[in-house]
Amino acid sequence: MRNYTENIIEAENLVKKFGDFTANDRLNFQVKKGEIFGFLGANGAGKTTAIKILCGLWLPTSGNIKVAGFDVYKQREKIKRNIGYMSQKFSLYEDLTVKENFRFYGGIYRMRSGDIREKTGFFLKKLDLEKSGDTVLSSIPLGWKQKLAFSIAIMHDPKIVFLDEPTGGVDPVTRRQFWDMIYETAHNGITVFVTTHYMDEAEYCDRVSIMVDGKIEALDTPGNLKEKFRVESMNEVFIKLARKK
Amino acid sequence: MIRAENLTKYYGKTRGVEDISFSVDDGEIFGLIGPDGAGKTSLFRMLTTLLKPDKGKATVGELDVVKDYKKIRKKIGYMPGRFSLYQDLSVEENLAFYARIFNTTIQENYHLVKDIYQQIEPFRKRLAGNLSGGMKQKLALSCALIHSPEYLFLDEPTTGVDAVSRQEFWDMLENLQQKGITIMVSTPYMDEASLCDRVALIQKGSIFNINRPEGIISDFGRDLYALRSRDMFELNKDLKNYKNTHSAFRFGESIHFTAENISGEPESLRNYLIEKGHEDLKLEKTEAGIEDCFMDQMTAK
Repeated sequence: MRNYTENIIEAENLVKKFGDFTANDRLNFQVKKGEIFGFLGANGAGKTTAIKILCGLWLPTSGNIKVAGFDVYKQREKIKRNIGYMSQKFSLYEDLTVKENFRFYGGIYRMRSGDIREKTGFFLKKLDLEKSGDTVLSSIPLGWKQKLAFSIAIMHDPKIVFLDEPTGGVDPVTRRQFWDMIYETAHNGITVFVTTHYMDEAEYCDRVSIMVDGKIEALDTPGNLKEKFRVESMNEVFIKLARKK
Repeated sequence: MIRAENLTKYYGKTRGVEDISFSVDDGEIFGLIGPDGAGKTSLFRMLTTLLKPDKGKATVGELDVVKDYKKIRKKIGYMPGRFSLYQDLSVEENLAFYARIFNTTIQENYHLVKDIYQQIEPFRKRLAGNLSGGMKQKLALSCALIHSPEYLFLDEPTTGVDAVSRQEFWDMLENLQQKGITIMVSTPYMDEASLCDRVALIQKGSIFNINRPEGIISDFGRDLYALRSRDMFELNKDLKNYKNTHSAFRFGESIHFTAENISGEPESLRNYLIEKGHEDLKLEKTEAGIEDCFMDQMTAK
């Protein structure tokens, strides 16, 4: 991580309630420019709720939250234009070609035609997929699809990209190539906010937060967390925290 | 016993699996380890009589998957990869429904599902569609067990499930094994391989290794080093550019490295990295895990 100081996410007492149920209970955290921030937690801990708020899709119940410098209550459209998003479940359109997917998302982000063409060329070259530009997405292997989806999520140079379990089910070699891409992206100053169930990937983050039952129970570098819990791996940190309840 | 001989399945021109042979002994936990698209689900569907093989033969408990499909269905429990229970029925209704399909009742086989079902019983009135991921998985397993099957087929039961629930799930499988159930389970998580009695590594429709987990690891056959330095990003790059690198992959907080040619290593590597200016460099020999073995085989092809 480079030593940027600018905060790309600022969350102060983020609360989200659904009736009596508190999905997010006073979350406090900042994420810096160029940081790889791991957002971990058990199923149902409240990660997805928080991500939806940070992406400008849902309104919080209370709290002061800014993403890319914009307010999550009043400037949600601006947030959406300054972030990228990809997940394992929703990524690209299977019945469009590779190039058409770039064209489509570039259009959604209101990029100029020339810029879309330039970025498409740039990423296809980088992924060594220049020959596959006109291939329909459904015939592209999963690993490549995930790399394409990630490239498309950052083609408009967002300030931050949200990756929701981006490597689920991907083979171990591709999983590592994907993380090489994440590293490079962060190195170029785009903040990466990532969730994963692979605990070895938690070790690759600059800092990780671990949510348990709607609260952030730990937030630090992987090294400090392991030291604090006196364990050897992030897997053990995670299990210690999530089992506590 | 589960036995597959030269099983082959194509979808048009796309290969599902090709020429797969293996056998699973009664009482074993047999793991099928491989990424999405490797052919795991095709294999499960053929063994559970839902898909006919193009070529080859398979038997479950001496029964043929094509000829004796009706008899097989009574003996097996199947938990498909995608959640396939009735979302608009409650937890309790789903379980009762599966029991009735097999002409039994929840009461009759409650002892089999008790440990698992008890964890979701407080939510028995809730619609299955409104359960969290971990609870859905427990309900699906209960439904696959309620007719007291001899063989259990679990297709990626832990995908998308957090580390704690995954561990609990494997504890449940061990309990079921002790009750004499033979279990075939697939997973993309390489670390789960060590929890199986034997595993098959599968990639692009073929199995490239079947062995006990310890056996797969002892087959690795290369010197493996774990490296760390203050700047892991640069270390990763420098290792990829090193002239004698056979493989360099990140593993948690270290990078695992194997050399193309072992002579002079790891001293030359150490010198190269010191020249590159790496601080706090740690370089030590380490033991391979299943994931190292899997990647070694993948990149060899």
